Formats: sequence, structure tokens, C-alpha cells
Amino acid sequence: MSEITYREACREAIRDALKRDPRVFLMGEDVGHYGGCYAVSKGLLDEFGPERIRDTPLSESGFTGLGIGAAMNGMRPIVEIMTVNFALLALDQIVNNAATIRHMSGGQFGVPLVIRMATGAGRQLAAQHSHSLEGWFAHIPGLKILAPATLEDARGMLWTALEDPDPVLIFEHVMLYGVAGTLAADAGPVPIDKAAVRRPGKDVSLITYGGSLPKALKAAEALAAEKIEAEVIDLRTLRPLDDATIMASLAKTRRAVIVDEDWRSGSLSAEISARIMEQAFWNLDAPVARVCSAEVPIPYPRHLEEAALPQVPAIVAAAKQVVG
Amino acid sequence: MSEAKLHLTRDTLLGLLHQMTRVRRFEEKCDELYQVEKIRGFLHLAIGEEAISTAVMAALTAEDAVVATYREHGHALVRGVPMRAVMAEMYGKQEGVSRGRGGSMHLFSAAHRFYGGYAIVGGGLPLAGGLALADKMQHKSCVTACFFGEGAAAEGEFHETMNLAALWKLPILFVCENNLYAMGTRLDFSESQTDIHAKAQSYRMASESVDGMDVVAVDAAASRALAAIRAGDGPQFLECKTYRFRAHSMFDPQLYRTKAEVEEWKTRDPIPRLANWMREAGMLHDRDAEKIEAEVTAEVDDAVAFAEAGAWEPVETLTRDVTAEAAP
Repeated sequence: MSEITYREACREAIRDALKRDPRVFLMGEDVGHYGGCYAVSKGLLDEFGPERIRDTPLSESGFTGLGIGAAMNGMRPIVEIMTVNFALLALDQIVNNAATIRHMSGGQFGVPLVIRMATGAGRQLAAQHSHSLEGWFAHIPGLKILAPATLEDARGMLWTALEDPDPVLIFEHVMLYGVAGTLAADAGPVPIDKAAVRRPGKDVSLITYGGSLPKALKAAEALAAEKIEAEVIDLRTLRPLDDATIMASLAKTRRAVIVDEDWRSGSLSAEISARIMEQAFWNLDAPVARVCSAEVPIPYPRHLEEAALPQVPAIVAAAKQVVG
Repeated sequence: MSEAKLHLTRDTLLGLLHQMTRVRRFEEKCDELYQVEKIRGFLHLAIGEEAISTAVMAALTAEDAVVATYREHGHALVRGVPMRAVMAEMYGKQEGVSRGRGGSMHLFSAAHRFYGGYAIVGGGLPLAGGLALADKMQHKSCVTACFFGEGAAAEGEFHETMNLAALWKLPILFVCENNLYAMGTRLDFSESQTDIHAKAQSYRMASESVDGMDVVAVDAAASRALAAIRAGDGPQFLECKTYRFRAHSMFDPQLYRTKAEVEEWKTRDPIPRLANWMREAGMLHDRDAEKIEAEVTAEVDDAVAFAEAGAWEPVETLTRDVTAEAAP
């Protein structure tokens, strides 16, 4: 076991991939000389050189498209986009090209590309650097969407994603980068097709992912003090969703609270709620509850940002309400 | 006609004439088939523009890669994609080159390194840059030829790709098929700088403007550019001035240009232009022209028969090829 941060686990995953496979390279804004906007790639330029750690111009659509073409032609690129808000500048390449090419070409070409990006709020970065738009991407057939919430997943999802023959987007929550913990010395690739039960319980299922997982676990702790045993499900993969794990949990708890830092309107939390209605309606003892961000562009002042986001007390309150 | 053709053999010129005629007759047949509703959706004909794809493909090797637009029937055909498979794709049949999933705008053929027709203007450029980057990183000597219209020059992806390609000295040939209209918007209504090849120079990329109605001139310019790329000089830009004789698509009443303008451009039609020059030079005889027409007619008829006989993919396979997993 070693003491490590989420940021370092991400870095170890990239370093490991670069060592394992000469086809892998990292490309994005400030990934080289600056060391990465969130310091994930710090030191990698010195270790692997500018051919494999490529600083790009501020051209999100350009370098994302380059990643797609390189992936179609024998390479295994990791494209880093600084933050999900910037990924909107690359939507054409991600949605119109990466997600469609296998189908449009009748299966002749695949795009084995990994795109990593930061997501989420909590650093007072206001309304153009703080949103959680992973649910939008989870809407698109042809993409796989990952949200590592633990050190094991930050370390282990990347390699599995690189082995996937299709485009995989990995969303790293900005508030997780500094989280420290212990990681097994032999930690390595993990599966990316299953949700995980992070805390077992029998009274209510807290369904969440990414940056909201630590909050859900704290809420479960608080609920335990009040004799409510919450089961915490970490979705891990947002597309395709692991319906089986969700429904198995509901068969036991019969109550669900979905915790998502995205807004609720037209969202992933709405999708999960709909699937519960479709597949587990007769198992429910209470309506599905959701704890999401307020419907507001994320504001700058700390107290307003905190008020906009799902917080532990709101999760506890929602759980108590559905438990009744 | 340019001096360069003096170095071309009669067989080479006959080959160019044959290819341009194939593309022309194929597209004329597609127009007919559209009227009788065998082909649906959007159909963008490149009639009048055949010299560009014909000449550039002739200058490429089989190892090179091609990225094209939604007006790419000719590019696929001249690249060597069988006409049968292209026509079946126009029909949407499973024998189509993209299993019918793409249609007219999305022809793909891995066997020919034909990386597709892309229907978002400018969207193919970054991807083409990536193909070239991968070739370069794998120390291959291939070139990626990237075709696009002059309308793409207004897109941000044009700027981003030009800059990246020049910055990283990618082995890519940018071929701008400048037919003067972005759908129905004339070049000078949409660009502050209407000299497209000058834009490339602002990225310190070598560029040339050439008469796109002269197949030999395009061939010569493409060969020069490819030689420079293969010599390690980085990306090259070729602007080919051309004209689309037909409507943008089948839904276009062409309110934005005059009949006189179209007729004037038709006097520069690249096919009779080459044929007439060859006749004057004693390199084309009636029997040669008849032979080309007869071969092309037979090939087009065969392609139509093949597409007609093709099968519709079973609806049960609807969700195949979304991801790599087999469809349920």
C-alpha cells in the first residue's frame, strides 16, 4: 500500500499506459511544459519527451479531431481537454465524428480514442469552468462515459478504456484531484462495465458517481447514526448504465435517492429515475428522490456555489423523506 | 492546357479521360435514379468538378489516405472503390460500401484507405490531420489527401487544422475544391479574403492555386505538392478553382446564380477540354472515345443491376456497429 492522491493516481495511469504501449500518447493544452492544468501530467514531458506528451494550441476541435484520426490510423491517443466547458468547442468532433464513424462506415473503422477532462464545481471558478455536462455526453450512442470516483478507478480505468475499440470519455471531478488515500502497490486496470456498491445498506439506495460519491458516503454515515442503513452505489460508468446493479439494490432497499451534481432538467438523474420506473416500479415503497444542482449557472461566491451544489444535509434530508 | 501534359503519355491521358467520364456518367445516372426515387436523402453531384479528384487520386499511391466531403462519389470511384459497392450504398443496400448505413454522403472503404465522406463542413479536416499525425509518428511515408470546399475555409476547424498541420509539419495535402459557392452563398459574400490559397500562406504553408477545370494542371500541381510532402517539407495546400454545373443538392432551385454564368463555366468543362486537346494532338480518335463511353456505360449499367439486386439489411440488425460489440 502507498499513500497517493487522486491526481497522482491519474498520472500513474497515464505513465503506465505510455510504458505499456508505444501507440499511446497524450495530447492537449498545457499537458507538457506547464504540467497539466490540474498538474496531472506533471513530469511526464521530461520522462517521455515531446513526441508523446504533446502541447497543443488552444484548438479543442482541432486536437480532438487529430486524436480521432490518429486513433483510426493505428495510434492510441489520450486527449486531455482542460475542462468539460471547453469540450463544447470539440462537440462536432466528439458527437459528429467519434461517435458515428463506426456506424456510418458499416463497421469498417473504429475510433479507439480516450478523452479525459475535468468536470464539476467547488473551486469558485464560476459559470464557464464549473459545470457537470457528462450527462450530455452520456446521451450519445457510440460513446462510453466513465466517472472515476476512487483512487482505484482513477488508477485503473484508463488502461481498460485504452483497450476499448470505441471512444471513451473519462470525467475527473476537480474536487477529487486532491483527495489522498492508500492504493495497493499492485493496483492496475479495472473493469469499466459495472457499477459498484461502495457501502452496503438495506433501507435506501443512494445512487451517485464522481465528485458526489464522497458526499453520498458522508450522508450514509450520518444516516447510520439515525439507524438508517443507506446503500451507496457508485455508477462508475455513465454510458452504458449498469441497470442490473441499480435494480438489484432497489430490490433490497425499495427506495432511491439519486445524487448528481448536474442540473435535474433533462439529465442523467432523470434517465436513471425513468429506468427505475420502467424496471423496478413495483419494488418501490416511495417515489424516487433526486438531489441535484440548483438550476443556475454556477456562481462565483463560495456561499452561493455551495448552495447551488448537492450537499450532505440535502442528501440526508432526501433519504429520510423517502424512508418516511 | 498546361505544359506539363507534354510529359504525359497517351495511356495516362486516356486513363484520366476514362476516370472523369466514369464519374460523370455515374453521377448522371444517380440523378436519374433520384428522380425515380431509387436514391433518396441528400444527393450532391460534382458534375463539372471531376478533374480535381481524378488528378489528385492519380498522383497518390495506394498507401496514401484520403478524407473527403459529402460530395465524394467521384473521389471514391477514382480511388478504386468498386462502382458496384458505391451504387449499392446510394441505394442503401447492405452490399453498399458502408453497408448502406452511410448513403451518398458517407462512403468509406478501409481497403482503399478511403477514410470517408464527412457531411459537416470542415469536420473532416482535423481528422485528416490525425491520420497524417499517426503516419508520421509511425514513421510511415504516406500522405493524407484532405478534400474540402472553399466554404470550409470559413470554419474554425479550418483554421485549427491549418495551424496544427503546419506547426507539426504533418504529411498532408489540403485540396480546396473552390466552386465559388458555399451551398448558395457566393465566395465574396462570405469571405473577407477571397483568395483561399493566400490563407494557407498565413500559416507558412506552401500553397498554389490551379485551374481546377484542367485535369493535367491539377495532376502536375498535385504531383509537385506530394513530392514536397514526401521530401519532408510539411503540409501543402492546393486550391483548385472549379465550378459545380448542377444544383448544390436535389432540393436547390439555384436562385443565387444566373443561367448565363453556369453556361459560361460549362464551356470550360474538363472532360471535353481534355478530349479536344487530345484530339488536336492526335492522341484521341473516335474509336478511343467510343470505347471509353461503351466501357463506362457497361460499368454503370452493371452497378445499377448490382444495386437493384442487393438486399435490404434486416431490421433485426438495426443497432449493429454502434459500438464494437455484436448487435443483440
